[in-house]
Amino acid sequence: MSRRSLLTIADLDRAEIARILRVGNRFAEVMERDIKKVPTLRGRTIINMFFEASTRTSTSFELAGKRLSADVVNVKGSGSSVEKGETLKDTVITLSSYLPDVIVIRHQSVGACQMAARYTDAAVINAGDGKHEHPTQTLLDLYTIEREVGPLDGLHVAFVGDVAHSRVARSGVRGFQTMGARVSLIGPPTLLPRDAEAALGVTTSTDVRDIADADVVYVLRMQLERMGPGGFVPSLREYAMTYGINHARLRPGQRVMHAGPINRGVEISGELADDPATLIERQAANGMVVRMAVLYDLLAGPAGSTEPAGAPIGAVAV
Amino acid sequence: MAVRLVQRPGPAASLVIRGARVLDPLAGIDEVRDLVVRDGVIGGDPDGLEVVEAEGRLVVPGFVDPHVHLRTPGREDLEDIATGTRAAAAGGFVTIVAMPNTSPVVDTAAVLGALLERGEQEAAVRVGFLAAITVGQEGRELTEQAELAELGAVGFSDDGHPVADAEVMRRALQYQRITGLPLVLHEEDPSLSGRGVAHEGAVASRLGLQGIPSISESVAVARDAALAEYEGGWIHICHVSASETVEEIRRARARGVRVTGEASPHHLTLTDEAIASLDPARHKMNPPLREESDRLALVAALADGTIDCVATDHAPHDADEKEVPFEEAPFGITGLETAFAVCNTHLVETGALPLATLVRRMGADAAGVLGLPAPSLADGAVADVALIDPAARVVVGHEPFQSKSRNSAWLGEELRGRVELTIAGGRIAWRR
Ligand SMILES: [Zn+2]
Repeated sequence: MSRRSLLTIADLDRAEIARILRVGNRFAEVMERDIKKVPTLRGRTIINMFFEASTRTSTSFELAGKRLSADVVNVKGSGSSVEKGETLKDTVITLSSYLPDVIVIRHQSVGACQMAARYTDAAVINAGDGKHEHPTQTLLDLYTIEREVGPLDGLHVAFVGDVAHSRVARSGVRGFQTMGARVSLIGPPTLLPRDAEAALGVTTSTDVRDIADADVVYVLRMQLERMGPGGFVPSLREYAMTYGINHARLRPGQRVMHAGPINRGVEISGELADDPATLIERQAANGMVVRMAVLYDLLAGPAGSTEPAGAPIGAVAV
Repeated sequence: MAVRLVQRPGPAASLVIRGARVLDPLAGIDEVRDLVVRDGVIGGDPDGLEVVEAEGRLVVPGFVDPHVHLRTPGREDLEDIATGTRAAAAGGFVTIVAMPNTSPVVDTAAVLGALLERGEQEAAVRVGFLAAITVGQEGRELTEQAELAELGAVGFSDDGHPVADAEVMRRALQYQRITGLPLVLHEEDPSLSGRGVAHEGAVASRLGLQGIPSISESVAVARDAALAEYEGGWIHICHVSASETVEEIRRARARGVRVTGEASPHHLTLTDEAIASLDPARHKMNPPLREESDRLALVAALADGTIDCVATDHAPHDADEKEVPFEEAPFGITGLETAFAVCNTHLVETGALPLATLVRRMGADAAGVLGLPAPSLADGAVADVALIDPAARVVVGHEPFQSKSRNSAWLGEELRGRVELTIAGGRIAWRR
């Protein structure tokens, strides 16, 4: 029987998300200690399969597993069996024969994680599939907002920019809404998905000034590599002029997020990106503890069980 | 010049189907009675013939499918003429027409001739072949259509690929004056479809899938209807999926354009909500499953005749090809074996379409779109008969598929309607 997987953010309800965020808080305390390692997942095996480059996400998953004392194996897409013509299915089946507890997958195609989950008994965590979803990014975003801004209920989050190509936005919309936030999408008409209102239950706008009402402005990366030829916007210069977020476009008190990596001077000005008032650095830092919480939740904290007491989590491994 | 339908030789059927509801809308027959088939022909003396007890069953003219992929030549591992026509027979079809997007493409007399020969040896039901409109289906040069027509091609199609260049389409329509055969059109504007994999709409937006907009189809139909009007041509529109396309066909017909259309069982019964599980074996097809408003428009158009017929677009793929992420999988599902049961369950039993209309759209009307003879239960007609238990419950996949492939949208679903006997061209092609 397959373990519970995290394929999309919709796999988690409000209570489950809240539980993961609370566990994240607990792990954050542990990470303030001298020795940043706990024995929680000792003897467990985690395989990270990254078919698409991502230093940030792969590193934080790797460290999350290691700090929980799991055995972590990294499989990179380039130079691997995948490049030698082996299918994703075969790779998943082969790796599953080593009996991992978790397989973390980053893949360039929508549906890769759903497909993989059909061929393994391990829990599958979607670390980003094409333009579809990136649920752990959303969990770390939620965690960051809750810690740095406050309760999510009633908050207004505006995603700005290349919504069409963004799995961060797609998971984010659902995750923020699940936690009671209101979400709007703002961007050029060529980069807003069709029927987004009906599809995602959001408001949309093509006027960047509509960020005025938002508590959090979530700046999306222009995914130039996904756009191909044809031009979704006439030029990056014009895009920066019409939709780039900078200090002048913000009002006091608005917080800014970005999942990185940043195209400086395109979707966000360099000054704003470096401004400590933005949450960008906090997001990156929080990635690891939230991923620890996700691994803990899937492997050690079955749904419905009580949360970890301070003791077992806090017990320092030697 | 004559269209050739080929079939494996076999003994002529002789039997009496006793006590079934005999329904042939075109011949004006709908009554419970015996149907005699003697020496492969409807009617005659029942004395001494085998009796098939068929109370509660339905006897209809066998079905015709103008749009089937037999994957032969080139991918006989997916389907060959023997298995494809056996799947057709198991679905109650008596005549099917195969698309030319094979490997090699059916674009020369040599390839067509070889297929016709194989069909004469292997085909359980009558099979006809479309040849390509353009060499290699590349959309540039016309195939040698006069010669292909001489050999017996049913018509011409670049199915799988649209004819993107309007001038090439125009020349094909002009050349039609020599061949007299229909142009069977896969309608899609490639610049609008891009690398889309699903209907452009709410579901694709939610899943992050590149969309194929409805207008990709309807814009192409509008263009080709205008060209056909200008040249006085005859066109048949494949696998209509969008309500906008239905409107284009309606408008073109009102102007007097000779245009027909087909819709598949999947577009008539499923919507893009089905793709949420991201299982490409079941739900990745081109054109993609669209919205409920499109589906309803297709059903209404099938009912009023704007869409002339049901066509399966039977597209066998093996598991390996489909066991990849949704975005990477090939398009297409199989359909011959489930077509009647799907339409019976989801259209007839729901009250959306009268049974007699479905029988007509799957039989005589489907033959008519390509100018083929209509199967008939009238006395003296060659026996093209399907005997069906319309109430039988069938779980798709519980019995082995006759097709080599099982990439069905309805795998595991219970449908109502089972074909028990098919007589095609006067020969028994399928018996359960
Ligand atoms: Zn086709």
